[in-house]
Amino acid sequence: MTENLVDIQKLCVRFDGARKVHAINDLTLTLKQGETMALLGESGSGKSVTLKTLLRLLPPKRSAIEGDIVVNGVDVLTLSGKKLQAYRGEEVSMVFQEPGLALDPVYTVGDQIAESVMRHKGVRKEEALSTALDMLRRVRIPSPERRLRNYPHELSGGMLQRVMIALALACRPKLLLADEPTTALDATVQIQILLLLRDLQKEFGMGVIFVTHDIGVAVEISERIAVMYAGQIVEEGTTREVIKNPRHPYTRGLLAANLHDTERGTRLNAIPGTPPSLESRPDACSFAPRCQLAEPQCLASLPPTHRLSERRRVACIHADAPAFSG
Amino acid sequence: MSETKFLNEPLDDKGGPAQPLLIVRNLKKFFPVRGGILGGKKAMVQAVDGISFKVKKGETLGIVGESGCGKSTTARLLIGLIEKDKGEIIFDGQDLGGALPLRELRRGVQMVFQDSYASLNPRLTIEASIAFGARVQGLSDPVGRARKLMERVGLAPDRFAQRYPHEVSGGQRQRINIARALAMSPRLVVLDEAVSALDKSVEAQVLNLLADLRREFGLTYIFISHDLNVVRYISDRILVMYLGEVVEIAPVDDIWNFQAHPYTRSLFSAMPSMDPDNRTKEPPLAGDPPNPINPPSGCRFHTRCRFAETVCSAKAPTLRSLSGGSEHLAACHLHDLGSGHSKAGKELAP
Amino acid sequence: MAVVDTEFLEDPISEAGKGYWAGVGSRLMRDPVTMVCFAILLLLILAAILAPYLGLSDPYTGSMIKRLAPIGTEGHILGTDEQGRDMLARLIYGGRLTLFIGLTPVVFAFFIGGTLGIIAGYAGGWLNTVIMRTVDVFFAFPSVLLAIAISGALGAGVFNSLVSLTIVFIPPITRVAEAVTSGVRGLDYIDAARASGASTLTVIRVHVIGNVLSPIFVYATSLTSVCMILAAGLSFLGIGVRPPEPEWGLMLNTLRSAIYVNPWLAALPGLMIFITSLCLNMLSDGVRSAMNVRD
Repeated sequence: MTENLVDIQKLCVRFDGARKVHAINDLTLTLKQGETMALLGESGSGKSVTLKTLLRLLPPKRSAIEGDIVVNGVDVLTLSGKKLQAYRGEEVSMVFQEPGLALDPVYTVGDQIAESVMRHKGVRKEEALSTALDMLRRVRIPSPERRLRNYPHELSGGMLQRVMIALALACRPKLLLADEPTTALDATVQIQILLLLRDLQKEFGMGVIFVTHDIGVAVEISERIAVMYAGQIVEEGTTREVIKNPRHPYTRGLLAANLHDTERGTRLNAIPGTPPSLESRPDACSFAPRCQLAEPQCLASLPPTHRLSERRRVACIHADAPAFSG
Repeated sequence: MSETKFLNEPLDDKGGPAQPLLIVRNLKKFFPVRGGILGGKKAMVQAVDGISFKVKKGETLGIVGESGCGKSTTARLLIGLIEKDKGEIIFDGQDLGGALPLRELRRGVQMVFQDSYASLNPRLTIEASIAFGARVQGLSDPVGRARKLMERVGLAPDRFAQRYPHEVSGGQRQRINIARALAMSPRLVVLDEAVSALDKSVEAQVLNLLADLRREFGLTYIFISHDLNVVRYISDRILVMYLGEVVEIAPVDDIWNFQAHPYTRSLFSAMPSMDPDNRTKEPPLAGDPPNPINPPSGCRFHTRCRFAETVCSAKAPTLRSLSGGSEHLAACHLHDLGSGHSKAGKELAP
Repeated sequence: MAVVDTEFLEDPISEAGKGYWAGVGSRLMRDPVTMVCFAILLLLILAAILAPYLGLSDPYTGSMIKRLAPIGTEGHILGTDEQGRDMLARLIYGGRLTLFIGLTPVVFAFFIGGTLGIIAGYAGGWLNTVIMRTVDVFFAFPSVLLAIAISGALGAGVFNSLVSLTIVFIPPITRVAEAVTSGVRGLDYIDAARASGASTLTVIRVHVIGNVLSPIFVYATSLTSVCMILAAGLSFLGIGVRPPEPEWGLMLNTLRSAIYVNPWLAALPGLMIFITSLCLNMLSDGVRSAMNVRD
């Protein structure tokens, strides 16, 4: 078993079409076995595209991918045909934001989970169904025997998300990808799902990459956080490091804009401006136009990546200055 | 400021400063669930089942709740988009349907919708969308008004007036929604999940804008959201809804320190922790928000409540003040000494 | 003092678009298939309108000596029909009636059906039920049968054909109009318009019509080819245009016996119907694609 579960090196993804979009620019990321990492970023940061690239779900004609992705020793970008099918679902699987849309409305929930098990493990239907029942129990759905025979439209949002998780974990993948799975759920249901995922990760031991825009969700679910902006990782470290001691101006801006600790009635420290359009490949710091600490050098060339420790990095020229106030 | 005066021509303050701008009494709204061949009624969804509250002039009332609680229906009832089945809506002392015609209510109350591709007419320019309401209400110079409002919300008219909704970003669309609501110089603005679909950094910009506008135009806000942090930040008082009923109302600081109703307590505990060393250990509430078609008897929360006893399924609690004349109200037998609940009036374990 | 938002810096979308219809136009022009079909149709329509000025032979007079002359005969480049009348003249003059009876009912049905559908879709409730169930009764009949039934009852003739075909095409257009309007009705911007105090008529005029017109229009254009074929069919059956008027469907009927003598002659009106209806179809497809794309 290789030490790194996920090893992404210098990944670049470009979408061609009416407009060119450089969605991911020179992204490097590693994840160890059994680690949970949150990809934190806003819309347009490239976090969802990263997940889709890991599963090779991008439209082949319109997207151009460069770089290397190795998951559990397998070179993902050269996979095709049966090997790709085996990879998806068995090595890596994904939980999506809208569970209602990811499930087929004309098959029962039990059948769908069983189908995945039959396809990947080659077992017969009875055995697959009992695996499905076992999975439904593990995701703590009440009355799992009845639920096996339910159709997706008969289940609520929270229960559908549990079914999605059961489906994703049915074949015991080594890596679970989650694309904002709790964003569409009510608060009381969201926290149930987050804690469920945390417990399942301990039980099954898979690696998890969890995409979110919500800092609180990232804190609850992950041990490590990677902050994305304009298709690049601007800061990475353990959750504690990044939240308690953010170094990149964007991360600091995100945390400052967070309302949790803000005094009522005071003016919010909003980050001015909007993210760049990514029509061309960035050749300078993408955040500089919005940054309070920008210097002429920031607009002239790409920022250096400072490694504050072995697995802590910040892409900013100010990163190695002593902890600055404000 | 003559420009503000031009832009801000609200209806007169008929009731005076002490009169609450909005009084809602026992408001009810049911929706039939149709089925069968001819579409006969099968059941009733009690979307809003007897809610009462007041909104003071100049304050921001935050309304929180989860899916099925009726907050969106309430919003639409308040602006007259759907007709109430029972109850009273009293705007500045005048009863809707009585002394207050619907058209005048629409002049006084406006709504900012959630940002979505459907919140603006895709075939109208930004300027036309904003000016439409002013034109309908017969206000002077609708186009000039629209352009000035665009400037006020931070969208340069020269660049944005002739654009179409699909040519602006989400944050810009919300600014347009706000400008559209203000074009009619309302006194009360209902914001229904107005910042929910926005990125956090954009959300902060829009919240700042809303605060500025409230001061400048002398507005009163009702802010509906599922996000407690946002509601806490922007509101003076918070109202909590569950399954079509009000379960708790209190000034923000009071409710933040002490949540009287067990549901409110669960809602607050459900907020994800911001401290990596102190993560949530147990979900505060199990199961899903129940179906509004067949609500539980008595107190609607009793099926999920840790403190539920027989009296809770038998008798529905009334919304009452926690003590004496306190502004903190809750609808729970735990706080009603005469209810028969074994723990009534006692200190609750966390 | 205006609160000009200095927080709001770089705007990613740098210039305003040219507007919706300009975009539709430019997309159409870049589609070669659609433009070719459009050109052919334009040619046919122009030829039909300008027929008297094109120096053609008289489509009504024929000479029995010259009947069923093959294609390429001197003086009659497309031959003559069973009564010796010049085919080219008959075809071009025939186009007038065929196109007229083929397109006009759809135009009328568009307005009538569109109005009914928009009212039904916006009003909802019992009004919707009344309108839509009435429309459903007509919709239950296959269009050909319905056309034949109504025409049969009214009698032959151009005017009666127009009435009959209009009635046939009102139900499908009403259905589409109702569906699209219902969809738009539930959107937030309609709520916002209603909340501003606008009257129902104003809301429909300003907000609904602009957004439902294109899908209904595109659907209507897709019906033109069917209408054309039905019109020709009615004439073929003898309950449409009466002889000696030139009309492609009628010509198909009268040239039936010529199949054994000169099959190409008999195929000519059919070919015209085919080309016209194909072009109408492709044009409507192209318009639909051009209107669908949002930047």
